[in-house]
Amino acid sequence: MRGLALVVATLRQVCGSLTGAVGLAIVAMVLACAVFAPWLATHDPDALDVLNRFSAPSGAHWLGTDQLGRDLYSRMVHGAAVAMQVALSSIAIALTLGMTLGILAAYLPARSERFVLIVFDVIASFPSLVLALAVVAVFGPSTLIVVIVVAVTLVPHFGRVARSQVLTLKSAPFLEAERILGASWPRVVFYHVMPNILGPLVILASMDIPVVITIEAGLSFLGLGVRPPLASWGSLIQDGYQYLSESWVPVVVSSVALGVATLGFTLFGEALRDAVDPRIGREHG
Amino acid sequence: MVLLFALTSLVPGDPAAILLGPQATPEYSQRMINEMGLNQPIHIRLWRFFSNVLQGNLGIDIVSGKPVLKMILEVMPYTIALTFAAIVLAVLTGVPLGVYAATHRGSVLDNVLAFISVAFIAVPSFVIAIFLLLIFAIWLDWLPVLGTSRSGDWLDELRRMILPTVALALGWIGFIARLVRTSMLEVMGENYIRTSRAYGLSEGLITYKYALKNACIPTITILGLGIGRLLGGAVLIEIVFARPGLGRLIYSAISERNYPVVQGAVLVVVVIFVVVNLLVDLSYSAIDPRIRHAGATGRAGA
Repeated sequence: MRGLALVVATLRQVCGSLTGAVGLAIVAMVLACAVFAPWLATHDPDALDVLNRFSAPSGAHWLGTDQLGRDLYSRMVHGAAVAMQVALSSIAIALTLGMTLGILAAYLPARSERFVLIVFDVIASFPSLVLALAVVAVFGPSTLIVVIVVAVTLVPHFGRVARSQVLTLKSAPFLEAERILGASWPRVVFYHVMPNILGPLVILASMDIPVVITIEAGLSFLGLGVRPPLASWGSLIQDGYQYLSESWVPVVVSSVALGVATLGFTLFGEALRDAVDPRIGREHG
Repeated sequence: MVLLFALTSLVPGDPAAILLGPQATPEYSQRMINEMGLNQPIHIRLWRFFSNVLQGNLGIDIVSGKPVLKMILEVMPYTIALTFAAIVLAVLTGVPLGVYAATHRGSVLDNVLAFISVAFIAVPSFVIAIFLLLIFAIWLDWLPVLGTSRSGDWLDELRRMILPTVALALGWIGFIARLVRTSMLEVMGENYIRTSRAYGLSEGLITYKYALKNACIPTITILGLGIGRLLGGAVLIEIVFARPGLGRLIYSAISERNYPVVQGAVLVVVVIFVVVNLLVDLSYSAIDPRIRHAGATGRAGA
């Protein structure tokens, strides 16, 4: 219960600034779309209605239809679900792996620590979209590949922060006391170290969500991410873009959705960082 | 080290089978595999690829039969011009905006800038590109829509570069403006700035000569790290605007499953990336000699 109270208090602080409140509202909206997509959608997102191609926004189709007569509003709502699935799962993987490696690196002997850090540098020095392109070239496009590639590129991000957090924590008096009392290492790591470094990592995670959404949308826009007929904002933009000469509605609608979502998550992430700890992740802003 | 890792991860699975499709007879695909040297063990292939690369041979395009290096060199100028133009534009607009915001802290423009820069950073550059295309090329019809000029007409080429450059640079303008603002505010509070004020130096001299120089260091770091994102953004921008370039080359090679081209082009991108990062590392010790001593301890929290 104390955890819940903490979350509520933090969110209230986030709402304190205008940008934070706007960000939170957008994030809540996107999450709601993602979770309740089947109920919020007015049509089956994959149902074809070729006679009504490119119909303008109306009572039946709130945002009009695309090149195959599919309902754009419903596809957009389902796109939110895809974006959230990719973003949350890849960030969860990256967070877990990064935290584990970061803690390990901090406790390992100097030589192994340096090895882990070099691996981090190697991964971080890769342009992530180009890496994603290369991997997709080898394994073929799929949602799973997108998740894995994004997760791998984000691991160093979390790993470095986790390591530096552990290093500052290591000499804290309460940990020394715990050690003197004869606590085993799993107890130290799981009961004391992890809860104390999780906060900054979660903030970092929230700031990485828009980055992941952008990469997923970019890959799907190139036709190298989520496979059709699954609706992703990126593939919606691609569909709309190809038929730009027939109608500009689909492309504008889906780009606005993507733009608003990434903007909302960025504003939210920054407000969260300012509310909790202004020092973390500045340069990634 | 970085290169080594890059290459091992890039050695493709079984291009022969994918290239020939499901209908290929086993004999034919075996011949293909032999021709491409794919039946050799992985370390021999890796060695062969390495020694070829060092001799400037990136292999042959399996579709058109042209040398990969030549194809890459043909499109490189487009990508480099686009990236370079975007950086120049971003620095030329971002730095003055950041300085203005820092010196006029709390003004209307400062607040507007703060919001706009977040918006530009957050919205993916290909979305910005599509909107620019729609507004300026289709609705207003001010600028040419797609592609590059073939005739080598400089003025026309320049006009065609405006939209892609702006699309690529917008996010960076916001980014740089914000960064310059933060580090300017930090630097302006330092003792030596107060000292120069006490000496009666003009405000302009203090701002641009003394403060800006120190405030630029984080910007350069970020620019260096950002080259990767910029190159990634350029891939998408090149496709939106149907411009030739490295990104487009990689993209079309992937759709054709043209592995030598993907391999070569990605290798070139990674090399550019590593070289740029090295130059950035070298450049900040040139700008700020203190970094040589303090750099190792100062970066722990990053």
